[in-house]
Amino acid sequence: MLTVFLQFLFSGLTVGAVYALVGIGFNITYNATSIINLAQGEFVVIGGLMMWFFSESLKLPFFVSVALTIVSAGTVGLLMERLTIKPLKNPDLLLMIMITIAVSIVLRGVLMFSFGKDPYVYPPFTEGDPVSIYGAIIQQQTLWVIGITGFCIVVLFFFFKKTMMGKAMLACAVNPTAAKLVGINVSRMVMFSFILSAIVGAIGGMAITPISLMEYDKGPMLAVKGFCAAIMGGLGSNRGAVIGGFIIGILESMTAGYIHSGLKDAVALIILLLILFFKPAGIFVSKTMLQLRKY
Amino acid sequence: MKKGDVSAFFIFLLLILLLPVFSGSTYTLTVGIFSGINALVAIGLCILMGYAGQVSLGQAGFYGIGAYVSSILSLYMGLPFVISAFFAMIVSAVAAVILAVPALRLKGHYLAVATLGFGEIIYVILNEWGPGGPSGFGDIPHVELLGHTITSTTGYFYLIWGLVAVVMLFSINLIRSGTGRALRAIHDSELACNAMGLNVVALKIKVFILSAVYASLAGCLYAHYVTFISPSSFSLFYSILVLMMVIVGGITNLWGAIIGAVVITVLPELLRKFEELDVLVYGLILTVSLLFFRKGLVPMVIEKIKKLRGFAVAKH
Repeated sequence: MLTVFLQFLFSGLTVGAVYALVGIGFNITYNATSIINLAQGEFVVIGGLMMWFFSESLKLPFFVSVALTIVSAGTVGLLMERLTIKPLKNPDLLLMIMITIAVSIVLRGVLMFSFGKDPYVYPPFTEGDPVSIYGAIIQQQTLWVIGITGFCIVVLFFFFKKTMMGKAMLACAVNPTAAKLVGINVSRMVMFSFILSAIVGAIGGMAITPISLMEYDKGPMLAVKGFCAAIMGGLGSNRGAVIGGFIIGILESMTAGYIHSGLKDAVALIILLLILFFKPAGIFVSKTMLQLRKY
Repeated sequence: MKKGDVSAFFIFLLLILLLPVFSGSTYTLTVGIFSGINALVAIGLCILMGYAGQVSLGQAGFYGIGAYVSSILSLYMGLPFVISAFFAMIVSAVAAVILAVPALRLKGHYLAVATLGFGEIIYVILNEWGPGGPSGFGDIPHVELLGHTITSTTGYFYLIWGLVAVVMLFSINLIRSGTGRALRAIHDSELACNAMGLNVVALKIKVFILSAVYASLAGCLYAHYVTFISPSSFSLFYSILVLMMVIVGGITNLWGAIIGAVVITVLPELLRKFEELDVLVYGLILTVSLLFFRKGLVPMVIEKIKKLRGFAVAKH
């Protein structure tokens, strides 16, 4: 009984960790630009597939592959911002939603063309026997996923609280005009936010691929779930996205395990709707803060 | 109707009547039929977004409800098309009310996600509990009107575009009426509308229901025309497709919805020759058109024509 429960719990934590990373990715761009970047899921796919390309196809060493994957994801983020987001001057909400959807279609097209429609997988980061807790089997890669997510969260926390650049990015979120007046290069911060969110997504993709495989069209569902996580915790709050991601991941795997596997996608969405209807600001964002937001 | 709309409407009717005469190929007409079905959904979304200023990423849900309810009623209960279609629209309308009452308090991204969530939930339900599950079901009876069963492609073409014309006529009149002006006022400032004593919430819910009913009607027609449906036709991708039709055509003009529907339906057909690159080319065309023709095709063309006229007058 406990064994089964723990098994579901850990599989939930694993997917939850990736949702959390996607959710944080949403927050990073939303905070700097008020844009919801719906291509966020594609960054995760890029992470997984590029990692396969460097480590399996080119047989590069592990750390080199990781570094190159991060660089390529960052480049995609950079190109996306410079080519499609920057040229839009004073865009409205709809246009922003549409342009990121259009970019996600382009990215999917490129991925499909270069990798085909097959799922890809590479060996876990460390070889070794799975860990057993009360009879529940936990693969070492699961621990990697959760560990890497935790590491990202800590790094991002210090980045936004302690470094000049992180603070400057947050300033753009609070008030772009005022940020400009104190000499922050808002346009550059927006660019960095896209690069950073692409990297965070790609890291999630690299970590999860050995467990759940990666294929070119996984992006949209990941984006929806990650968005659920971000909304659940309150758009803009990274702490909220992490908790939201884990809640959605765990609920999904519990539903799949105890009720019916086909319903797992619906559960996350039903909870999302309930939260939107009863506490639209999310768990960690106050109502007043919500009213101050542009969108 | 304004003068421009009247002439546009006549040209539109003429095109519908003449297309099957001049281009009788089944292929052209089939693409035309799908364009018409999509146009019905797009017109509904255009009123909702362009005039009431509300986003919806869940139109596929209503479209799916229409298709499934109508097919199940006519296939398993033996009800005639008109009655099952009517019930399908009622069910969609009820679903719209249930969604709209809490959702329309939300704004921007939040409303977009709420409707997206609704669409996905319907998709999961169809997958799990729809007849045939993910693989869908067939043998749905053809449309039967006044004792005639429509089976020919030309027949469907006239039926569907005839309905588009009726829906268009109704919609144009609606947005030129007091209700339409109230809707545009909501788009500009909700606060001002409230202050003027307009019941903003009730209006928004009504428009939401209207868009759901249009989508549902389109769903019925799709199911009875193709005679086979599966959940994959009603996924999030369809909602996004409809959104694109409205935006590419021009959100502030109902004719834009029709033009957008035709363009977005025909485009993948033209891109067939790119084979594996079609998704990429499709995405690129969208990105470029969003970047450079922000207002959409129809408003852009109208602007160009006005400019040219201004030129001609100036020359005199």
